[in-house]
Amino acid sequence: MDVSYDDVVRWIRAFAAEVGTNKEQLTELDAAIGDGDHGINMDRGMSAVLGKVDAGPQEDIGALLKAVGMTLVSTVGGAGGPLYGTLFMQMGTALSGKAVIGLDDWTAALDAAVSGVQARGKAEPGDKTMIDALIPGRDALKSALVGGASFEDALKRSADAAGQGMRDTVPLVAKKGRASYLGERSAGHQDPGATSSHLLLEAAAETWAA
Amino acid sequence: MKKLINKPEDVVTEELEGIAAAHPDLVRVQFNPNVIIRADAPIQGKVGLVSGGGSGHEPMHGGFVGQGMLDAACPGEVFTSPTPDQMLDATKAVDGGAGVLHIVKNYTGDVMNFDMAAELAGGESIQVEAVVIDDDVAVQDSLYTAGRRGVGATVLAEKICGAAAEAGRNLSEVAGLCRKVNANARSMGMALTSCIVPAAGKPTFELGDDEIEIGIGIHGEPGRERIKIEPSAKIVERLATPIVEDLPFEQGDQVLAFVNGMGGTPLIELYVVYNDLRKFLDGRGITISRNLIGPYITSLEMAGCSITLLKLDDELIELWDAPVKTAGLRWAA
Repeated sequence: MDVSYDDVVRWIRAFAAEVGTNKEQLTELDAAIGDGDHGINMDRGMSAVLGKVDAGPQEDIGALLKAVGMTLVSTVGGAGGPLYGTLFMQMGTALSGKAVIGLDDWTAALDAAVSGVQARGKAEPGDKTMIDALIPGRDALKSALVGGASFEDALKRSADAAGQGMRDTVPLVAKKGRASYLGERSAGHQDPGATSSHLLLEAAAETWAA
Repeated sequence: MKKLINKPEDVVTEELEGIAAAHPDLVRVQFNPNVIIRADAPIQGKVGLVSGGGSGHEPMHGGFVGQGMLDAACPGEVFTSPTPDQMLDATKAVDGGAGVLHIVKNYTGDVMNFDMAAELAGGESIQVEAVVIDDDVAVQDSLYTAGRRGVGATVLAEKICGAAAEAGRNLSEVAGLCRKVNANARSMGMALTSCIVPAAGKPTFELGDDEIEIGIGIHGEPGRERIKIEPSAKIVERLATPIVEDLPFEQGDQVLAFVNGMGGTPLIELYVVYNDLRKFLDGRGITISRNLIGPYITSLEMAGCSITLLKLDDELIELWDAPVKTAGLRWAA
């Protein structure tokens, strides 16, 4: 299986739909340990992204993802804007010039995205942030690639691992972002950033491996 | 939700239209991306001062754009950091060739967005320095948190640095002064009630009728502890003690005492708080040389207050007293 430009557009639309559907949940998770705007902000950003996507095609998958990232940076605000903006821009750079992508490309793109997010947000694994979903998602792709799994299977494993990483944020004490102000009181809540990052990888699995 | 608004999603835009209509002598407003710019910017040879943050804290920051204070402010969505494109436009609009200072409150989103903006401005050959304000003693400052939040000291830093820039000091001097204000200021706040973000439509947190939150953040972030309501003098002691002990402020110090209203608390109560603060500081031999009392860094309709103390010296007093002409803060020489 290869993923085409149109498939990438379908993934972006699916993620936007997931964010819209889960807007309340993301906002409630954020209200518990942050400032209660994650769902609202991501929904505003992804709506703007859909406007950008509808406005006409970009040159290739890399250019498309860079445009998505730039749109998020200028519309989301908060911490989510620079972080998700960086994620998509790094993916775009990794997939520059590509018209179709395979498992190796996707793995490289997610690897670049995670590195970019970590450089921007300076979070370490276990700090109760989005990378606690993204890193298991990336690592599952890497081992699937090494193990010779199919793209479809790799996507499912990646989404499952991200979901587990998301659930594993519940007992963690936040060390980054506004949730860190709560100290021990942040434990017992699922991280909203890890939740939206799981939606991102789940949308890829559901769109491309369905 | 009862608010004087038309549609939740239009609040920021309509507020900005109102500001543009009300204060054309002081500012001009650029839309998409949104920036409030001093009417006569850029001023050749003067360091430009840019700040910004989520909306809902008015008059901060847009109300502090004008002579002797900020050159531009970037308003984000309510309680949400503005974006790098706003900050880049603001930086370009106020650069008079002497460089631009970004005054950033220490919130993860604000810091990251201003970092990206500084990278973009550097790419356009504008000299930018950024100073992060982190004066809130309610938050433990450690490797294990995002660090202390930027609150009341931001208003004082914007005023004092604005005066210094107006007097012709260079970028590194103004940035150094901003760090000095931050290093000598400490704050803590409390809430009597919650607040409602228009787009959320319901209170950010729940607080019982007889409960107060000590150490509240300006976005309704929980504080140090939740307790039953107490007399003002007792609450002032709870806020001022950690402030005084943290710096520490000591016998013989001169301070600027800033009693800030969170948005829903009337001046009559802020003056009661100020009176209790005066007595508290008297008891420790600390002299209030200057004061600022009123709602300057608010949290929508939240009731409550914050206290900021800034240790003064002759330099800071002179710059505080210098004339300022903005919508939110105004005095003559």
